[in-house]
Amino acid sequence: MRLILEVWRQDGPQAQGRFETHEITDATPEMSLLELLDRLNHQLVEQDQDPVAFESDCREGICGTCGIDINGVPHGPEDNVPACGQHVRSFHDGQTVRIAPFRAKSFPVIRDLIVDRTGLDRIIQAGGTVAVDAGTAPDADTIRITHHDAEEALDFAACIGCGACVSACPNGAAYLFTGAKLAHLRLIPAAQQERSKRARSMVAQMEQEFGPCSQIGECALACPAKIPLRAIAAVNRERIRAGFRSRSKEN
Amino acid sequence: MSAAKATEGKGTAVDPLSLDALRVIGQELDGHLPDVHPRDAWTDRKLHYNLVNPANRRRFKIIVVGTGLAGAGAAAALGELGYDVEVFSYHDVPRRAHSVAAQGGINSPRARKVDNDSIDRFVKDTVKGGDYRGREQDAYRLGEEGIRVIDHMQAIGAAFAREYGGQLATRSFGGVQVSRTYYTRGQTGQQLEIAAAHALSRQVAAGTCKLHSRQELLDIIVKDGRAQGIVVRDLVTGKVRAMTAHAVVLCTGGYGNIYYKATLAKNSNASAIWRAYKRGAFFANPCFVQIHPTALPLMSQWQSKKTLMSESLRNDGRIWAPRKKDDDRDPNDIPEEERFYFLEERYPAFGNLVPRDVASRNIRERIDAGYGVGPLKNAVYLDFRTGIERLGAKVIRERYSNLFDMYHELTGEDPFQTPMRIAPSVHFTMGGLWSDYDQMTSIPGLFVGGEAGWGYHGANRLGANSLLSGCVDGWFTLPYSVPNYLAGLLGKEPLAHDDPAVTQTIADVEARVERLLSVNGSHGPDYFHEKLGAIMDRYASVSRDVEGLTKAIGLIRELREEFWRDVKVIGEGDRLNQELETAGRVADYLELAELLCVDALDRDESAGAHFRTDHEIDGEAARDDEHWCFCSAWGVPAESGPDAGKHIRNYEPLTFVAVPLQQRNYK
Repeated sequence: MRLILEVWRQDGPQAQGRFETHEITDATPEMSLLELLDRLNHQLVEQDQDPVAFESDCREGICGTCGIDINGVPHGPEDNVPACGQHVRSFHDGQTVRIAPFRAKSFPVIRDLIVDRTGLDRIIQAGGTVAVDAGTAPDADTIRITHHDAEEALDFAACIGCGACVSACPNGAAYLFTGAKLAHLRLIPAAQQERSKRARSMVAQMEQEFGPCSQIGECALACPAKIPLRAIAAVNRERIRAGFRSRSKEN
Repeated sequence: MSAAKATEGKGTAVDPLSLDALRVIGQELDGHLPDVHPRDAWTDRKLHYNLVNPANRRRFKIIVVGTGLAGAGAAAALGELGYDVEVFSYHDVPRRAHSVAAQGGINSPRARKVDNDSIDRFVKDTVKGGDYRGREQDAYRLGEEGIRVIDHMQAIGAAFAREYGGQLATRSFGGVQVSRTYYTRGQTGQQLEIAAAHALSRQVAAGTCKLHSRQELLDIIVKDGRAQGIVVRDLVTGKVRAMTAHAVVLCTGGYGNIYYKATLAKNSNASAIWRAYKRGAFFANPCFVQIHPTALPLMSQWQSKKTLMSESLRNDGRIWAPRKKDDDRDPNDIPEEERFYFLEERYPAFGNLVPRDVASRNIRERIDAGYGVGPLKNAVYLDFRTGIERLGAKVIRERYSNLFDMYHELTGEDPFQTPMRIAPSVHFTMGGLWSDYDQMTSIPGLFVGGEAGWGYHGANRLGANSLLSGCVDGWFTLPYSVPNYLAGLLGKEPLAHDDPAVTQTIADVEARVERLLSVNGSHGPDYFHEKLGAIMDRYASVSRDVEGLTKAIGLIRELREEFWRDVKVIGEGDRLNQELETAGRVADYLELAELLCVDALDRDESAGAHFRTDHEIDGEAARDDEHWCFCSAWGVPAESGPDAGKHIRNYEPLTFVAVPLQQRNYK
């Protein structure tokens, strides 16, 4: 297969970026999009040109490292699939494919297709954690969690932290990410001790760096971990719940 | 031991690739094991550890490298205790470390059921599964601490699967006849890793841990015989800098990517442990490499890696190959009597749940014998039809939904409709930096945790024991043993940054980076990596022999020479440069690969994953306990003298008290 790739090149956060056009003549349908970039880089190195900087790691859809935008869609044309699981078979022979970094004000470009997504980590640091030190937890079998709640918690805990939700949102909101963490920890008994405190601090941090929810649901379509759209409601529910409780109450 | 020593050469060999020209026998090592029954070893050791007063803890600086389960756990736990922790990772955020990709589960001998599990049985399974080449005492510690690991990980957010009664659910894994594997669907590693990374985030927010992301370790600073710091390269700016501390903990994972296409993440590499080795840390059992039986086979030239399909699938999936060679029929059209369920037939007691090395060799045997399936005839089937009929599609979906989705995504085939195609792939390395019982390497002050180390898994790791060892090392071992070392350093400041040992190590790193950039050859680093992978796959994989290993060592030396003559690294060193990162890693693989093959050549027996075709009984690995019941711990060759250039094989004898030596038998 022949594909024309328009790839974003940018030397650093302050540098001016541009699209660069390259042609791949031997793409195959079973190649993943990252393997297509591997192919391009191989070709560039052979021609003594600087290869395209892009991030990836597990290439199994679980680490959340790969974050590229394909033809304006985070991760690529297939819904709910990370870039490493997107394939060339989605394109037709001769098609032009535009590859850009995740676009969001809170994700500055570091180089080419690599962006800085540490803003999401700062939301976690603000309160997406559980204050239990090593060795102090009670017997996990004596704390009962219903089968349903464990499965529900896992639906939200599956977030891979890739940032596609932010990039997909016209407002650059991190509601899906933040809500997934709140909805997950709400169902973990040890984490319930700080439920209100967590909601207040995570939401405050989220609002400091990310935009307001656009309510259109693009985030859930882009999410490779299939985080349910209900996560967005969890942000408001947890925030309002915390608002009704006295500020001195942490749970 | 005497017989092993007796094999030492007398210096008459002329062939540079003969064993006597390649290696020399070194010293016997002391694992500093407690002098009590292995069952009581950890309790005894903890009682004798020195402690650090809570008020003094913040005066001790500890560097932790890596943020997988072991690294994030160790950093968070040491931070919780009040130490001043500096955490380094080449990722952008801690949560991405490759522990995140582990699928099936985490073992814990909590023994809540009446299936007759216990810590002793866990140790028996682990030691026997590892074919008696690990430490029994370490396995006991793993089992003992493994119990509260589940409590802790649950409390900090891991959403373990629950039964309808609300209690924790378990499943079975290979090499074990009880059900002791705790799980969260097929993404247990992810849930544990996120919980651990977030616990680390809590310490970062509290100020006890400082996080240095996008930094790659390129050397260890050793002065006065102690590890006193590290040198890192900032992957964004290219700046090389040092950080000194009272102790350094390496939790930097395994070296399986030496095989080029493995199930490991693309960035997983051996540089941290190899740099430590070059500075004097012994390397234990490098030839013990686990080939996982159930990975997706290679399907095309550009496929960048292999993808694991969790061992847990063997609970409900049945492995088979057609009885007829080159059977091209759709698998659903092949009638039951024409399917060869070879694991079930050959190993009736364990069936599809035999340990990984046994499964891999049997699958490879079927493929090599011409019974492989798929377009490249390089796979066998993993079939869920029986499981779906017995339990219903809903239950199977609950247990494995994300694995089935992943398979569907990658291959375009639905495992509910058609069996998976799977093949063996390099997956885990049991070898790693040698350490004593306190997880301290042969460089005092340098500790190791997780897959970067050795000890628990011997010559073959049991499924779901790696998440366990990462968690136990990080949360419940290093936080005890590192302070014991620190207690003796009270009042000492970390090495000054203008100390000659620091500036020299920085200069060494800069010179090496410069050397890589200045070769200006004709091929990128990947070219050499691919060639190395082909050598390793051919000669150092599921089965090995003297002739092949000898040949491999010669080929690796040629390739290494070619690399330093002809590698091309595009771009400069003072910016983000992924080609440069790859080149440094490949340069280290080219050295480690030789040691791996020398170790495989040296170890004149079969044990677990190390299967030598000249040592087998009925197709099973034949150990030689009389001569080889020890851990090989390799040291850097001397630069001059009669043994110049020879790899030095030190050895730590292994003794087995609770699980007496016996031949493995899964039939």
